[in-house]
Amino acid sequence: MHVEVRDLNKHFGDFHAVKDVSFDIAKGHLIGLLGPSGGGKTSILRMLAGLENPGSGEIRFHGKVVNHLPPQERGIGFVFQNYALFKHMTVFDNIAFGLKVKKTPKSQIRDRVMELVELTGLKGFEQRYPHQLSGGQRQRVAFARALAPEPQLLLLDEPFAAIDAKIRQELRSWLRELIERVGITSIFVTHDQDEAIEVADEIMIISQGRLEQKGTPWDIYKNPETPFVATFIGESTVVEDASQLKGFEHAVEGERTRALIRPEYIEIGLKNEFSMLSATEKGIVKHLHFRGSEWMVEVEVEGHKLITYRSLEKTTLQVGQQIRVLVHRAYLFNDTHSWVVENRLKEDPMPVII
Amino acid sequence: MNTVLRHKGWTWGFRSTVLLYFIVLIVLPIIGVYVNSFSEGWSNFIQSIMDPIAWKAVLLTIRLAVIATVINVILGTMIAWVLTRYRFFGRSFLNSLVDLPFALPTAVGGLMIMLLLGPISAIGKLAESMGFEIVFHQPAIVIAMTFVTFPFVIRAVQPLLEEIDPSEEEASYTMGASKARTFRQVILPSMAPGMISGGMLAFSRALAEFGAVVLVAGNIPGRTLTASVFIYGEIESDNPTGAAAVSVLLLTLSFLILWLINLVQMRGRRR
Amino acid sequence: MRRLLIGLTFAVFIVLLIIPLGRIVIGAFEDGAGGFLDGLLRPEALHALMMTGLVVLVVTLLNTLFGVMMAIYLVRAGWLSDRVKGLLNSIVDLPYAVSPVIGGLMIVLLLGPNSIMGAFFEGIGFNVVYAFPGMVIATLFVTFPLMVREVMPVLQELGSQQEEAASTLGAYGWRTFWSVTWPSIRWAVVYGLVLTVARSLGEFGAVLVVSGNIMNKTQTATTLVYQDVENFNVAAANGVALVLVTFSVGLLLMMEWAKKRKEVH
Repeated sequence: MHVEVRDLNKHFGDFHAVKDVSFDIAKGHLIGLLGPSGGGKTSILRMLAGLENPGSGEIRFHGKVVNHLPPQERGIGFVFQNYALFKHMTVFDNIAFGLKVKKTPKSQIRDRVMELVELTGLKGFEQRYPHQLSGGQRQRVAFARALAPEPQLLLLDEPFAAIDAKIRQELRSWLRELIERVGITSIFVTHDQDEAIEVADEIMIISQGRLEQKGTPWDIYKNPETPFVATFIGESTVVEDASQLKGFEHAVEGERTRALIRPEYIEIGLKNEFSMLSATEKGIVKHLHFRGSEWMVEVEVEGHKLITYRSLEKTTLQVGQQIRVLVHRAYLFNDTHSWVVENRLKEDPMPVII
Repeated sequence: MNTVLRHKGWTWGFRSTVLLYFIVLIVLPIIGVYVNSFSEGWSNFIQSIMDPIAWKAVLLTIRLAVIATVINVILGTMIAWVLTRYRFFGRSFLNSLVDLPFALPTAVGGLMIMLLLGPISAIGKLAESMGFEIVFHQPAIVIAMTFVTFPFVIRAVQPLLEEIDPSEEEASYTMGASKARTFRQVILPSMAPGMISGGMLAFSRALAEFGAVVLVAGNIPGRTLTASVFIYGEIESDNPTGAAAVSVLLLTLSFLILWLINLVQMRGRRR
Repeated sequence: MRRLLIGLTFAVFIVLLIIPLGRIVIGAFEDGAGGFLDGLLRPEALHALMMTGLVVLVVTLLNTLFGVMMAIYLVRAGWLSDRVKGLLNSIVDLPYAVSPVIGGLMIVLLLGPNSIMGAFFEGIGFNVVYAFPGMVIATLFVTFPLMVREVMPVLQELGSQQEEAASTLGAYGWRTFWSVTWPSIRWAVVYGLVLTVARSLGEFGAVLVVSGNIMNKTQTATTLVYQDVENFNVAAANGVALVLVTFSVGLLLMMEWAKKRKEVH
C-alpha cells in the first residue's frame, strides 16, 4: 500500500471538518476525492501534503508514519487550484525550482526541465512569465513544476476549477494520459462528478467530513452504499414511499422505504414504443427542457414527479401529453440499510408455454 | 549549513528578538510616560493639567488644528478631484509634489514660512501695514499646520475617486440626474470615508506638530503657545512630570482619534 | 468650472509649496555663494550633518530589518494567535499618534539619568540620553510604523499559496523568502526605506528633546537650523536648510519612482 490513512480528524475552531477518515491507496493509482464544497476534501489533501496538521489520526507513506514530516520532506508534488506559479520566474525557472533546491547539477536540471516542457506541450514558452500565459498553459506549468523533482505522490487541488469549460475537457484527458505515462500515484480533489468519473481509477466520496464510499466509478454508480452517494451521483428523483411504484410494491421492507430512481432507469414513451406494456404506468408530461443533445422530461406518475431524458431521435413529446412510464430499477433505502431492486414486472409474467 | 539554521533554536531566537524589539521600542515608552505622569501622585497630576497655561495651550492647539484640518479637507478634496479626473499639462508633476511635506523636515518647513511671511519679508511688511501680523501669531501656526498635513486628505481621497465605477455615474445620468445631483448623491458618498479619515489623520498630525510651529510661533502663553511647545518648555524647565501629565492628555486624545480612524476605515471597507 | 478648479489647484501648489521652496534657495545665497559656503562649512554644521547622516543610516538599517520581519509575522505567522496579532497590529500604529516631543520625553523618562535603566547604563559608562544611542532610539520609535505598513498590505495581497508551493518543492524558510517572498515585496520595501530615510532625516522634535542639542556633540542638521534661527543667524540656517531640502527633493523623486515600480504587477 502506498498511502494509508487511519482515523484522520481535523477541527478548525469548533468546526469538525474531517471525521474519522480511513482509506488505503495503492501505488500508481489515480484517485479522485469527490464531494460538495466545504465537505473536507481539500483539508484531507492538505493534510496528506503536510500543509495542515491533523488533529488526530495517522498518515503513512509506504508504511512509514509521516505525520510529523514537513511538506519539504514528504516527496510530494502539489498542484494548487490557482496554480500558485512563482510570478517572478520564467516557466523554465518555475519548473526547475524543485530541482535547484535539491542542488541537482545544472545539466541535469536542463535535461529534466526540457523533458517536462515537451511532455506538457509547452515547448517554446520556457522563457515566458506566468502573466504572459493563458490559464491552460499556466496549469500545465504547475503540473510540470510539481512533477520535476520526481515526487512519489502527486496531489491536485481542484486543478481545473479555474479553467474555461472547453479547455477543461482537453486538459482532463491530457492529465489522465500524462499520469498514466509517468505512472505516479495521484490524488485529486474535485466537486465535478463528470471529471471524477472520467479521470479517476477510483473515487472517494467525501461529505461533511466523512468518507461515504470508495470504489471504482462504475461500482459507486451501480451500487451506492449510502443514500448520500446515491443522490450525489447522477440526477435522481426520490420517491417517499417506494411501495407506490408499480412493480416495487413487494420490495419494500419495514416502515419508511424510500426509492431513489436514476433518470437512466426510467423509460418513457408512447404506447407503441414498449414491448412490455403491462409493466408500465400511466404518466403525464409536465415539463420539457431542451438540453442540446436530448430532451429532459419531467413526468408526473401517480402524484410523483420523475425526471428522465429522451433521445432527439424519438417522436417529440408535448406538455400535457399522456405517456407510459417504466421504472427499470430503483435504489431502495430505509433507516437501516439500502439495496437495489429490479422492477418485478419486467420478468414476463406469462411465459408462453409451447 | 541548512541543518544548522533550521534548528528550532534559531527560529525561536529570531522570533523573540523581533517581538522584544517591538515591545521595548513601542510599548515600554508609552507605558513609561503614563506611569511617570502619576509618579508624583494623583493630585500633582491634576495640578499639572489644571495649570491654566497648560490647558489653554491644549485648547488653542485643538482650535487651530481644526481650522487647519477644515482648510485641508476643502482644498485637499478639490485637489484630489482635479488630479484624478482631469488630464492636463503638469498633472503628474503636481501629483508628485503632493508628497513634498512628507519628505521635508518640519523645521525646514517652519523656516520657509518664516522667510516668506516674516516681518522682514515683502508679504510680512505688507501685512503689517494692513494691520495684521502673520509670523509669531496664530495665522502662522495655522499655515504651518496646513503645510505639514497637506498630503493627508489628498492621498486618502484619491484612491476612492479612482475606484469609482464610471457605470455608477452613467447610471445616474441615464436616470435623469443632473451633474450636481450625481455629485452629491453618488460621488460624494464614495469620497466621504477618505475625506473623513484623511481629515482625522490630518487633525491628529496637526495636534502633534512641533517643528514647524516652534519656529514660527511666538510662544506667547494662551495666544500662540501650542501644546507640544508647552510640553517642550516644561522639559527644558526641568519639570518632566508636569510635561508628562500634559503629554498623557494629548496622547489619550490622539489614541482616541487613531481608534476612530480605524473604525471609519473598517466601516468603509465593509461596503 | 474645470478651468477654474485646475487654476485654483495650480495656485495652491504654487503658493503653498513652490514659492516657499524657491525662497529657501534664494535665501541660502543671500550673502552670495561665499556666504553660503561659509555657513555650511562651519565645524558645527559639518558635524551636525554627519550626525544626521549617522542617525539616518542606523535607524534605516534597524527599522528595515525589524519592520520587514514584523510585517511577515503579523501576516503569516501561524504561531501567533489571531487576537495577539490584532493587538500588535494596533500597537504598530501608535507612533503615528504621538507628538515627536512626547516621543522624546518618553525616551528621557525611560532611559534618562534619573531613571532606573538610565542610571544602570550610565553606571557602565554607556550614555543613552543626551548621546547618540538616545537619538537613534527616539528616531527608531518615530519611524517604526513606516516599513511595517508598507510591507503588510503587499504580503496580504500576495497570499500564502506561492510560499506553500515552494515548501512542497522542498524549500525551507530562508530559501522560500529569497525566491518567492522577497521578489514580491521588493519595491514596497524600497518605498518604505525611502520613507524611513526621509522621516529620520527630518526628525526634529524627538531628537531635540533627547539629544539636548549639544553643539558639536549631539546636534543634528535640523536642530542646528533651529539653533541658528533662534540666534537670528538666518542666512546660515538657510544654508543648512538648503542642503536638507536638496536631499528631501531627491528623496521625493525616489519615492515617486519606487511607488510606480511598486504598483507594476
